Amino acid sequence: MGSGRLYVAVVAGGFRRYATYRAATAAGVFTNTVFGLILVYTYLALWDEKPHLGGYDQAQAVTYVWLGQAIFAAMAIGGGGVEGELMERIRTGDVAIDLYRPADLQLWWLAADVGRALFQLLGRGVIPFVFGALVFPVALPGDVATWGAFLVTLVLAMAVGFGIRYLIALLTFWMMDGTGMTHMTMLAGFFCSGMMLPLNVFPGALGDVVRELPWSALLQKPADVLLGEADPWRTFAFQGAWAVVLLGAGRLLQSVATRRVVVQGG
Amino acid sequence: MVDGLRAYRLIGGMWIRSTMAYRASFAMTTFANFAVTALDFVGILLMFSRVKVLGGWPLPEVAFLYGLSSVAFGFADLAIGSMERLGRRVRDGTLDTLLVRPAPVLAQVAADRFALRRLGRIMQGALVLGYALTAVDIHWTPLKALLMPVMVLSGAGIFCAVFVAGAAFQFVAQDASEVQNAFTYGGATLLQYPPTVFGRELVRGVTFLLPLAFVTWLPAAYVLGRPMPLGLPHWVAFAPPLVAVACLALSGVAWRAGLRSYRSTGN
Repeated sequence: MGSGRLYVAVVAGGFRRYATYRAATAAGVFTNTVFGLILVYTYLALWDEKPHLGGYDQAQAVTYVWLGQAIFAAMAIGGGGVEGELMERIRTGDVAIDLYRPADLQLWWLAADVGRALFQLLGRGVIPFVFGALVFPVALPGDVATWGAFLVTLVLAMAVGFGIRYLIALLTFWMMDGTGMTHMTMLAGFFCSGMMLPLNVFPGALGDVVRELPWSALLQKPADVLLGEADPWRTFAFQGAWAVVLLGAGRLLQSVATRRVVVQGG
Repeated sequence: MVDGLRAYRLIGGMWIRSTMAYRASFAMTTFANFAVTALDFVGILLMFSRVKVLGGWPLPEVAFLYGLSSVAFGFADLAIGSMERLGRRVRDGTLDTLLVRPAPVLAQVAADRFALRRLGRIMQGALVLGYALTAVDIHWTPLKALLMPVMVLSGAGIFCAVFVAGAAFQFVAQDASEVQNAFTYGGATLLQYPPTVFGRELVRGVTFLLPLAFVTWLPAAYVLGRPMPLGLPHWVAFAPPLVAVACLALSGVAWRAGLRSYRSTGN
């Protein structure tokens, strides 16, 4: 049980670490609100032209925009979680110190990332979402059960998001320079999570494919639960399955990487 | 001024040489830069796969706005986009190094980490603009043809002013460098969509307060023969160069004020 307390401490540390940067948080809130405003108008024009596009009405589309802005930082959809630091530690060799610790590498970074995500959800997410809900017509559920299910999807989304980024970060063991990988992660995150356009608006086969990829667990699935468009249990199953697959793959890659790692310098 | 340009050229050249040491990495990041912005346009294409017009504008005309905005922003980003990293230098005190060098600080900061890979964005914007020019039926006049390059250059100037003002703000804000993104990337995104999409108050704001509308919306409306946003007279379509000069002058003042207020972290 002792190790459980260790990871709780790492979560709390991650939370407090990000909470230190108040000006940066305020700046993030402002930026997310501005981008939300721009997107909301384009979505309103889009749904004006074609009501019930993708099965959403206009209020649902507006809610979707503000949800996206609210959880963009928390889910690190465009990157920007703890993986940047992990990549740097792999590149410089500092990761050897992490491996020396009496803690599991993956769980350690997962805990740190969850702490970060929890803070960014509260610190960066709540204000843009409330602003959007007050200024524009939104569609929010009235019952506690839906909100509860929505919170569960957010926790699962954090696990999936970390699973993707941990795999990418581990590739640094082989590639050394992670810049290109970071760019590609950002690209995939924007496109496949539904941040750019809700995935249910994607046409034909392209839509069928992106909706099944892990990125859809980050934004599209939680949004569908909040908007009452998806069955919560099926969503949990989808997100849970991807979390298990990705974290399992991360564990596998980690054991391969740590067996062949050569630490530079002394 | 001459000093500044010389310093900018030397530092920029140094960064290009250092980038070219890793040609494969350069090719990859340039392609990524191209792809990131191309994806932006794919988003618009996806929208138009479901609708015929957006805010009353068909795809080729939105592509016209998109291309112009991307190219104008791309040039500004290529020239001085690195200035958004100033907050970091203020925070860790490395700005001190620049202050003791015998070259204007603005030129040094602007050329810092000069990234040629940003050509990717310009190429992508130019491709979309090329498509738009073949697809839109414009009644060309010499005046309209002249307005095109003027529009791109003035637009780049206006975005440069936003970058400089944003950097000046970072002397005060330090950690809050992300605010700048709302105006630079946010502004470029805003201008990719037709003005008719947005609320009247927002259009007013980016015309009279932060004059981003002069980058594309106003001159493009004239070239396309569409009604001017906010019912403004036609001559404002030719105001972008003046607006750009005014913005650059104002941001220069802000930069000086910011630099004067700089207190080193003292390490």
